[in-house]
Amino acid sequence: MRITQGAFSFLPDLTDTQIAAQIEYCLRNDWAVAIEFTDDPHPRNTYWSMWGHPMFDLADAAGAMQALRECREARPGHYIRINAFDPSAGWETVRLSFIVGRPAVEPGFRLVRREGPGRTLHYTLESYAVGHRPEGERYAT
Amino acid sequence: MGANEHVAIDTKKRYQAGVLKYAQMGYWDPDYEVKDTDVLAVFRITPQEGVDPIEAAAAVAGESSTATWTVVWTDRLTACDKYRAKAYRIDPVPGQAGQYFCQVAYDLDLFEEGSIANLTASIIGNVFSFKPLLACRLEDMRLPVAYVKTFRGPPTGIVVERERLDKFGRPLLGATMKPKLGLSGKNYGRVVYEALTGGLDFTKDDENINSQNFMHWRDRFLYCMEGVNQAAAQTGEIKGHYLNITAGTMEEMVKRAEFARDLGSCIVMVDLIVGWTAIQSISHWCRENDMILHMHRAGHGTYTRQKNHGVSFRVIAKWLRLAGVDHLHAGTAVGKLEGDPMTVQGFYNVCRDTVTRQDLPRGLFFDQDWAGIKRVMPVASGGIHAGQMHQLLDLFGDEVVLQFGGGTIGHPMGIQAGAQANRVALEAMVLARNEGRDIVNEGPDILKAAAEHCRPLRAALDTWGEVTFDYTSTDTSDFVATPTAA
Repeated sequence: MRITQGAFSFLPDLTDTQIAAQIEYCLRNDWAVAIEFTDDPHPRNTYWSMWGHPMFDLADAAGAMQALRECREARPGHYIRINAFDPSAGWETVRLSFIVGRPAVEPGFRLVRREGPGRTLHYTLESYAVGHRPEGERYAT
Repeated sequence: MGANEHVAIDTKKRYQAGVLKYAQMGYWDPDYEVKDTDVLAVFRITPQEGVDPIEAAAAVAGESSTATWTVVWTDRLTACDKYRAKAYRIDPVPGQAGQYFCQVAYDLDLFEEGSIANLTASIIGNVFSFKPLLACRLEDMRLPVAYVKTFRGPPTGIVVERERLDKFGRPLLGATMKPKLGLSGKNYGRVVYEALTGGLDFTKDDENINSQNFMHWRDRFLYCMEGVNQAAAQTGEIKGHYLNITAGTMEEMVKRAEFARDLGSCIVMVDLIVGWTAIQSISHWCRENDMILHMHRAGHGTYTRQKNHGVSFRVIAKWLRLAGVDHLHAGTAVGKLEGDPMTVQGFYNVCRDTVTRQDLPRGLFFDQDWAGIKRVMPVASGGIHAGQMHQLLDLFGDEVVLQFGGGTIGHPMGIQAGAQANRVALEAMVLARNEGRDIVNEGPDILKAAAEHCRPLRAALDTWGEVTFDYTSTDTSDFVATPTAA
């Protein structure tokens, strides 16, 4: 399967040129660009690890692209995403988020059903890759 | 008609038993200075033949505040000058003979805090049936900050909804399940599963899906949630289905809401026809239960569409933002349902702005400060398809749910393919826009290029690429730009 979180997961993986163009768009909007990574891509895993702080006051995409290359080298076989934060009043949130790195093989999620009273079911998603394995040992690299 | 008929007469004569003109009773005051705390309304009135427009405007102010048809001495037991609404301005509607925009100011003390029911009982309670008016339409309102702050507004709002869904930087995608009526719960859940797995973020019950013989509500909820969770497992994304909890009583509606919550649904929906009090109650329930509230504006066309009589949807949208809904169907401009593009953009501004600015071409008569109240996510639904993606993104931007019902389920290669086509078209268009491309003009080329790696999108463009709904809109702003002197 292919995890389709983020704004562009239905398109072919973005090239570095395409990624840089999206970062330039974020900078034109005065958004701070951040890189995050994880090997637990559960849809409710809100807090991926930060690859450094969000980059404020960037002049162009080059610095962020360099940071992305470093992150990819240090964290092979991880999901990597770029987030853009908008600090303006009334937003103060992420305005764009897209995946820029993912493991070669994505085994996906198992749907666990627990029967309740009547015909009700309680649903849980379990990641096949995470299982009981610790961080850093979940996806083949 | 003498000018003195427009002037409030002195107190002694004013309260002699009998019938006076509304203007003479003090409901017309062209010198009135609007206070920041006043509720303002602009009505489009069509007086009956022979009725003086100023007197008609005064009558609107009177009948929507303190007046009755005759003089009553009991007025004098009150600070009646304060409670009287004042019509303070009247302008002929450009290009519409016999119609006038009249502006009326209401003192804040006329309204109960936090009650749309009370606000509407005053503003639209009586005047629309008033005989001297051939027709009457409430065009817009300015709700003062002091009044806005008495409402809790949307339980979730755009920002928190996106954070909960973990979806940023693109419009959300949805589809209404079809056929609207007749599917069993099991078959219905199949459509939900296919559409969500294919790439949509949300699926939706239609307005008239409640608990009919062919599908009891509990069955629908159970099968839909199976579809939602299966789709989440297969995509790694958060998915949702707007479970319609509209029912015959408030108690039943809450019961359905609680069942939706217990099954883990992130969103429920109600129809506009449940009424203001029920909407505010369920909004508070949603706030207590971390639930997104989707509003389907069922029935609005009966009073919003004809521009000489009724209530403009921009007013309904303002009331709904205060009453507290998270999603609101606000038109598509390019789809099958009524909607002039500028007028529809005005509705979107009302939903999404922190401060909505006066914008006469978009039908917005007043500045409206939303006082920090959350933003409503507008929903574009009805006769739209992947081939219009560039127009939709250009008209409405990112903060919108684009709903392709027929455009998903009617796809020649199946429902999943339909959903995938829409998602690929959307992502390709957002990517291109962010890259700085001119999507309005290059849109069709961008779609064609995206279709090269997505056969379902190619099939969608081949099937619907040329479909348009090019009819004249009835609800337009009647604004005429006056050239400024050089």
